[in-house]
Amino acid sequence: MVEAKGIHKFFGTIHVLRGVDLEVARGEVVVIVGPSGSGKSTFLRTLNHLDVPDHGSVRIDGTLLGYRPSRGGGLIAASDAMLSAQRRQIGMVFQQFNLFSHMTALENIMSGPLQVLRFSRKEATKEAKHLLELVALEDKADCYPEQLSGGQQQRVAIARSLAMHPKVMLFDEPTSALDPEMVAEVLQVILNLTQQGMTMIIVTHEIQFANKAADRILFMEGGEIIEQGRPDELVSNPRNERTQKFLRLVTGKV
Amino acid sequence: MWDWGTFVHYLHSLYLIEGAGVSLGLSIGAMAIGLLCGLTAALMRMSRHALLRQPASFYVWLFRGTPVLVQLIIIYTGLPQLGLKLGVLASALLGLGVNEGAYLAEIIRAGISAVPRGQFEAARSIGMTRAATMRVVVMPQALRIIIPPLGNSFNGLMKTSSLASVISMEELLRRTELLIQVQFKVLEIFVVAAVYYLVMTTLWGFVQQRLEVHFSRSVAASTRSPGVALQMTKLAVAEAVLSHDAS
Repeated sequence: MVEAKGIHKFFGTIHVLRGVDLEVARGEVVVIVGPSGSGKSTFLRTLNHLDVPDHGSVRIDGTLLGYRPSRGGGLIAASDAMLSAQRRQIGMVFQQFNLFSHMTALENIMSGPLQVLRFSRKEATKEAKHLLELVALEDKADCYPEQLSGGQQQRVAIARSLAMHPKVMLFDEPTSALDPEMVAEVLQVILNLTQQGMTMIIVTHEIQFANKAADRILFMEGGEIIEQGRPDELVSNPRNERTQKFLRLVTGKV
Repeated sequence: MWDWGTFVHYLHSLYLIEGAGVSLGLSIGAMAIGLLCGLTAALMRMSRHALLRQPASFYVWLFRGTPVLVQLIIIYTGLPQLGLKLGVLASALLGLGVNEGAYLAEIIRAGISAVPRGQFEAARSIGMTRAATMRVVVMPQALRIIIPPLGNSFNGLMKTSSLASVISMEELLRRTELLIQVQFKVLEIFVVAAVYYLVMTTLWGFVQQRLEVHFSRSVAASTRSPGVALQMTKLAVAEAVLSHDAS
C-alpha cells in the first residue's frame, strides 16, 4: 500500500533523512519511535508530500506521489490538482490538531466531503454526524475548536480525516500535545481504527500503545531506520545497541 | 464671532450634502478599486515565482513611497502630456484607488501570514487544492485579522478623498471652498464640512464594529457561553453556605 524508497531530505545542510526505505502492506499498522530529531516526523510528512524528498520516491497503492512522467521520459512535479487528488487517499492527523478554527466540529468534519468530494450538504452532514458518533462527540457538533479540550479536538481531527475515506492514515505524534488525562481517550480511538483494518503509520512516543496497536515497530535515529520488528521482538528483545539504549531510556521513565 | 444661525443654516445645505454624497461615493469606489489591487498584489507578493513577486513589490513601493496628492496631480494634469487624458472622476478614482491598494496589499498580506501554517497544511492534507484552501480555510480566518485595519483604512480614505478637490472634483471640500468664496463665513461653513466628515466616519465606525463581531463569531462563542457569571455566583454562594454550615 505504501512504498517509500531511498528517501533523502536536507534542511539546508542538515541531512535529516538518510535513505529511508519502508513498505507497508494493506491493513498493516506500523509505529515509528525514536528520539527527537531522528527525522521520524519529517519522514511521515514525505508520505503525503507535505515535505518534499530531495531524493527517493513514495508510492501510495502503486501510484507515484507528487510527480508525473514527462514527455521526455523523465519526471516532473505533479500539478496542484493532481497532487490534491493523490492526497485524498492519505489522511493525516497532526500533533497540533490543526482544526479549522472558524468552523464548528461538525463543519470541520464536513469540509473535506463538501469541498473536495463534492458531496451535497445533506450527505456531508449525515456522514459527519455518523463520524462524530464514532469518536463519541455527538453532543459537541456545534462547538468551535476553542470550546473543546485537546483530546476532543484531536478526536474531531481524526474524524475529519476519516471523512475522506482514505486508504492510509498517517499520525504525527497525535498525543504529544495532550495533557496526560486525555491521551488515553485519543489512543482508544486510534486503537479502534486499527481493529477495523485501516492501514496506518503512527509516529509516537507511547511505547505501551505501540506494543498493543502495532503489527510492526520501527526505531529511527539520526535519519535512518536502525531496527524494525514485531512488538514482542523489538520491545522485549532489541538486537541493536542503540535501540536498547533508547528503549531503556523511554521505558525507564514510564 | 461665531454665528449659530449661519452654522445651522448650512448644516442642512443641499449643496454641501450632495458634496458629501460625492465624497462618500468616491471613497467607496476607490476602496473597491483598492481592494482589487490590494488583494491581487498581496497574493502576487506571496507567490513562489519571482516574476509575480517583483512587479507587486514595485507597485507597493512606488505608491506607498510618494504622496497621494502628487499621484492625483500626475494622473490628472501630467498624463495628458503623454496623450492619456482622463476626466476628473476617473483620475480621482484611479489615483485614490491605486494608492489605497498599495496599503491594503500590506494589510491583506499580513492577515494571510498571520493564519497558522498548520491550517494550510491540514486543508492540503485532506486534498484541498491551493485555491480551495485559500477560499475555505485561510481567507475566512485572515478576514478576522484584516477587518479592523481595513476599516481603519476606509476611515482614512473618506478623509483623504478631500484631496480630490485639488484636481477640481466637486466633492465636499471643493464645494465648501466654492461656497465660502460667495458667503465668506469661513469658520461656520468649514465646521459644517467637518461635521459631515465626522458623521460619515462615525457611521462607518458602527458598520465596522458589526463586521468585526460577525467575523469573530467562532472566537466570541467560547466567551458567550450563557450564564457563566450566573454559575460563578452560584458557586460562590454554595461555598459561602458550606463554610457557614461548617462553622
